[in-house]
Amino acid sequence: MADIQASGQDSVYLKATKEAVFAGLIAFGLFFLVVGFRTDQNINNELVLVQRWGLLAIFVAVAAIGRFIFAAFITPSRERAKLAKSKVSAAARADRRSLKATVSRFGLALLFIYPFLVILILALINFAATGQWAFQSGVQGSLKYVDNFGIQILIYVMLAWGLNIVVGLAGLLDLGYVAFYAVGAYSYALLSTHFGLSFWLLLPMAGIFAAMWGIVLGFPVLRLRGDYLAIVTLAFGEIIRLVLINWTVVTKGTFGVSGIAKATLFGIPFTTGPTGFAATFGLPNSGVYYKIFLYYLILFLALLTAWVTIRLRRMPIGRAWEALREDEIACRSLGINTTTTKLTAFATGAMFGGFAGSFFAARQGFVSPESFVFLESAIILAIVVLGGMGSLIGIAIAAAVMIGGTELLRELEFLKLIFGNDFTPELYRMLLFGLAMIVVMVWKPRGFVGNREPSAFLHERKMISSEFTKEGHG
Amino acid sequence: MSQTQPLPKSGALLSIENVETYYGNIRALSGVSVHADAGEIVTLIGANGAGKSTLMMTIFGMPRARTGRVMFDGRDITQMPTHEIARLRIAQSPEGRRIFPRMTVQENLQMGASLDNLEFYDEDVRKVFELFPRLKERINQRGGTLSGGEQQMLAIGRALMARPRLLLLDEPSLGLAPLIIKHIFEAIKELNRSTGLTVFLVEQNAFGALKLADRGYVMVNGIVTMSGSSKDLLANPEVRAAYLEGGRH
Repeated sequence: MADIQASGQDSVYLKATKEAVFAGLIAFGLFFLVVGFRTDQNINNELVLVQRWGLLAIFVAVAAIGRFIFAAFITPSRERAKLAKSKVSAAARADRRSLKATVSRFGLALLFIYPFLVILILALINFAATGQWAFQSGVQGSLKYVDNFGIQILIYVMLAWGLNIVVGLAGLLDLGYVAFYAVGAYSYALLSTHFGLSFWLLLPMAGIFAAMWGIVLGFPVLRLRGDYLAIVTLAFGEIIRLVLINWTVVTKGTFGVSGIAKATLFGIPFTTGPTGFAATFGLPNSGVYYKIFLYYLILFLALLTAWVTIRLRRMPIGRAWEALREDEIACRSLGINTTTTKLTAFATGAMFGGFAGSFFAARQGFVSPESFVFLESAIILAIVVLGGMGSLIGIAIAAAVMIGGTELLRELEFLKLIFGNDFTPELYRMLLFGLAMIVVMVWKPRGFVGNREPSAFLHERKMISSEFTKEGHG
Repeated sequence: MSQTQPLPKSGALLSIENVETYYGNIRALSGVSVHADAGEIVTLIGANGAGKSTLMMTIFGMPRARTGRVMFDGRDITQMPTHEIARLRIAQSPEGRRIFPRMTVQENLQMGASLDNLEFYDEDVRKVFELFPRLKERINQRGGTLSGGEQQMLAIGRALMARPRLLLLDEPSLGLAPLIIKHIFEAIKELNRSTGLTVFLVEQNAFGALKLADRGYVMVNGIVTMSGSSKDLLANPEVRAAYLEGGRH
């Protein structure tokens, strides 16, 4: 027995070695000219060929060793894990599901107390360092964490949840989602600066405008699917951005719209004046209240998106979206009007994009076409795909990892100690973003939460699951 | 048509009149006329690529007939949108089953009942489970993880959930074990006998289909070449030579 195992291990190493040599050869072929040689200018301005065999060797070695480690250790251990997972009983699976519910409830509670938790922790750190309670410093210091991490991540969570309705539920690949974000942002920016309308009036209006644009986009693409749909939606996103740049009379073009009014709390503005928030509640003046208010506002909007998604999934329209994603022809022959189903998916998804957009405008106080480039659409879509299409929790995790991770890279000043003073971690953000995506796609090809949770159960679930094991009749 | 058992005749429920269907410029059906009376089981047999499935999908307007008419219950449905055709209570178990793979058996059946907003779901699902007890065992399992036979049962069950007046079945026996085919055919017969459901059955398995049906049509290259009672067709030497000899189950 032990012999068999040992020889099996040997053959794994042999195979891994073969693959490593092969990978090394490919890397050598690929990088021989690209890395091995470099054209440079010498003092006389002549072009000379610099040979870089050392660097080439490093490239080849990284490819070979990486392949070896992957083939010899990672792949077998993943297969073992898969085997072990398939043996897990139904009871254990149910346990895991209840654990998941507990974790998500805990996460939700954490989101609600997050700003105050940050303030408390910073005050404690300050206390430990200086030995005196200075609550105000904790409040000021928390600004960065509430704003850069909390609000920033939640905006993307909301956008990804909104896009999830279109891509994850209805299966319509939309590469121009940022257009609706832009419509929402400009709706608020322009209507508030020109007509002085309040945020709370314009928030639903921005959603309605974006939904209307969703329908406008929906009509021409009704007959398209997959790649063709993706191309047209991509073009739509670019058209909106180009209109924003070139329609200078209204949008002020690349200068953008500035001085956008802030949101108010039931009519109480976040200003320093006597009618402002701080004065009304007898608090010292600080910018942090507005940030905390914005945090709760976006948290509320994001949770609204999630709630609507969960509710819709259990309603005929949500069910129709999911069926549409699975099989359009079967849908139609079951009497589902695919035209209205698609249009409602586009409109609903776009509406949440519009809400997020108007929030964005109120938060920044400034909007310009720069904020609505294709990369934004790509990031939002990447979050949806990484999270596992259709899964709200998976998407939230993906947004936290992707956006939080790139924000975190701004903080990694200590890397300068390792890589020298020339090293700027910010420059590597997108590289790491891409790397993280590759890792997730290798490790979990269907996203963080790849399994679709059914929206209808028969209550005799336990009885049924024991009967799964019954095989071989009929 | 069955002589032993008189059926309530209210004219043809479905009648396809002189229909021609094209895929681009290629003619798939030429001058096809087929009808099914209320309460009948009618089968359309033919080889691969004869146009059987095309005819079935033409009833649903996917693709549309370029010439000719499709009449259902006295209404011209040739140009009607597909989802409205389905609302006239024509249900189908299409070629390739087309169940929703990531949705559970229950959700699939609910999709079938979406015309009535699940109003009769509990009642109808019981009937489907009586017909196919296997589906009840699998109720919370995803459609895509079912075996081929179970998926076929699910496709038929989903069609029945729509409370159809006319049931279109496209090759329910394709790729299934003989025992399961027998079970499914028995289930179809039982449905027809107990509820008077009209069934239009497209099959390659000519022997089984003709045994089951009251009448049959034979299609070759998009043209109906023969028609008649199942008994006559089963006895017809041409049909026997082309579809039955050596192919018997």
